[in-house]
Amino acid sequence: MRNNFADEITRLAEADERVVLLSGDIGNKLFDGFKAKAPDRFFNCGVAEANMMGMAAGLAMSGLRPVVYTIAPFTTTRVMEQIRVDVCYHDVPVVIVGVGSGLGYASLGATHHSCEDMAMLRALPGMSVLAPADPLEVRGALRAALAHGGPSYLRIGKKGEPNVHRAVPEIEIGRSLVVRDGVDVCLLALGVMVPIAMEAADALAQRGISARVVSAISVKPLDKGLLKESLARFPLVVTIEEHSLIGGYGGAVAEWSVDNGPFAARLLRMGTADAFPHEAGETEHARAANGLSAAHIAERVIRTLPPRQAKKAVGHP
Amino acid sequence: MSTPASSGSSGELAAVAARLRGAVIDMSHKAGTPHLGSSLSCVDIVTVAYWDALRIDPTRPDAPGRDRFILSKGHAATTLYAALAHRGYFRPSLLDTYNQDGSALAEHPGPNCVPGVEAATGSLGHGLPIALGMALAGRLQSRRYRVYVLLSDGECNEGSVWEAAMFAPAQKLENVCVIVDYNKWQATGRSDETLALAPLRDKWAAFGWDAHEVDGHDIGALTKLMRNVPNGSGRPVAIIAHTVKGKGVSFMEDDNNWHYRVPNEKEVAEAKRQLGLA
Repeated sequence: MRNNFADEITRLAEADERVVLLSGDIGNKLFDGFKAKAPDRFFNCGVAEANMMGMAAGLAMSGLRPVVYTIAPFTTTRVMEQIRVDVCYHDVPVVIVGVGSGLGYASLGATHHSCEDMAMLRALPGMSVLAPADPLEVRGALRAALAHGGPSYLRIGKKGEPNVHRAVPEIEIGRSLVVRDGVDVCLLALGVMVPIAMEAADALAQRGISARVVSAISVKPLDKGLLKESLARFPLVVTIEEHSLIGGYGGAVAEWSVDNGPFAARLLRMGTADAFPHEAGETEHARAANGLSAAHIAERVIRTLPPRQAKKAVGHP
Repeated sequence: MSTPASSGSSGELAAVAARLRGAVIDMSHKAGTPHLGSSLSCVDIVTVAYWDALRIDPTRPDAPGRDRFILSKGHAATTLYAALAHRGYFRPSLLDTYNQDGSALAEHPGPNCVPGVEAATGSLGHGLPIALGMALAGRLQSRRYRVYVLLSDGECNEGSVWEAAMFAPAQKLENVCVIVDYNKWQATGRSDETLALAPLRDKWAAFGWDAHEVDGHDIGALTKLMRNVPNGSGRPVAIIAHTVKGKGVSFMEDDNNWHYRVPNEKEVAEAKRQLGLA
């Protein structure tokens, strides 16, 4: 995703001279293209994220369109107050990008994980939170965020994520994308979990269960129309995210459904545990430890399906 | 862009400063709000900014080429409000609504709460990074405006100040001017004893700033330094202004009880008498 981000931001900066890129001493060589095309609009702000975020606000107050980029925890939770006061209180168009979000940098340890970022950022007035599912959605989301007149947070993966789409989809803030339709269960997957939810849907299909898979992408604002329809139509709706169960996308959906229901659907949330991991391991290991592998997801869906749908499952006793 | 309000003699500016002090004391008394000592210590600096150094036009508060002034020590909001009102950004009668329910004028300035407020402040350590963003924007847009930022000495406890202090010289942001209102007190103690601030001028100089020390109540000396930005050094300018908390009222001067105390009617009258306003 980060390579697509770097390429897309370079393209957008060529088209719009208001675009300024601030990086927190990260992305060695990643932004060489940007630096070649717009050398005066790239700033390596050093390992000084509070200043970087405040400067982004100052740039935005002066009519520019700053994009702030570093590893997710350092561009979010580390600088919460700068985001809250400088960016959101002033309601200025700063695009905050967190790379390697969730468990993307699992092997670097919990200091580099970000499983609380959305809980904190979505609580901020005026903030939009987007988590694109694949490198193509990253491009679409970046376009949407820059076109938007207020603060936004793009929560992206790292590198090598598979494409879910064939072309860059048009992203609208507040709209989710159905990437596969089905009738028995609705998987509302977020960000890097979308391809894994697709795998889970394949596994479910082999067991005779038909799953809709949605790239939720817009955590704030939510796609209320899609939520209403999904919660009314499916017996089971599942949120899947690489984020704490506290305050993330599933939390947002639960809050919304409580206030706007009742709905027929059973709502089930999958996400990371309320605990720091204390062992080494790659992203897939960390996901599995949190029940976020395709196999875990499929199994849990089958266990949770109401009896009428569960009976359809091949091999059901 | 319009020029300063006066090529003002120090005497004229001193009279303005006395009027602002009177307004600040009135606001504290009427609204029952703290931070009076902090507001009084920076009145002369703010007066020189708005009546001499800044290239501004109060009738065009959003003019893209205007000089910017950020009150990073947002707890001195009454000084900023009084200066903006008396300088013509809004009608001075609005000051009477300070801190009343529904008023635009809160204890810390909100974003665009009144014309002339460049940034919302109140949480310390935010003004300088925002100012650097504005200065970078000016450079990218080929505008030659200057950005002035007023910090408190207690505010220099904040790490974000020093992150910004390292960034500005690296980018040679010579159109940025920091003024530290060095009144030697923070909320609950001597600032040099709370964290090791001194030697403050040396610190800013070591961080790459063209750093100066000045008597923060010497209007002539402040004028000379604050007008002269950029000053040819190729570096951002830091002015360490030695001030007295509660300046202008004998019984408030250097008495940190006035960080939180609110003057009663008798004290207001005596203060005004001392300021030559009675």
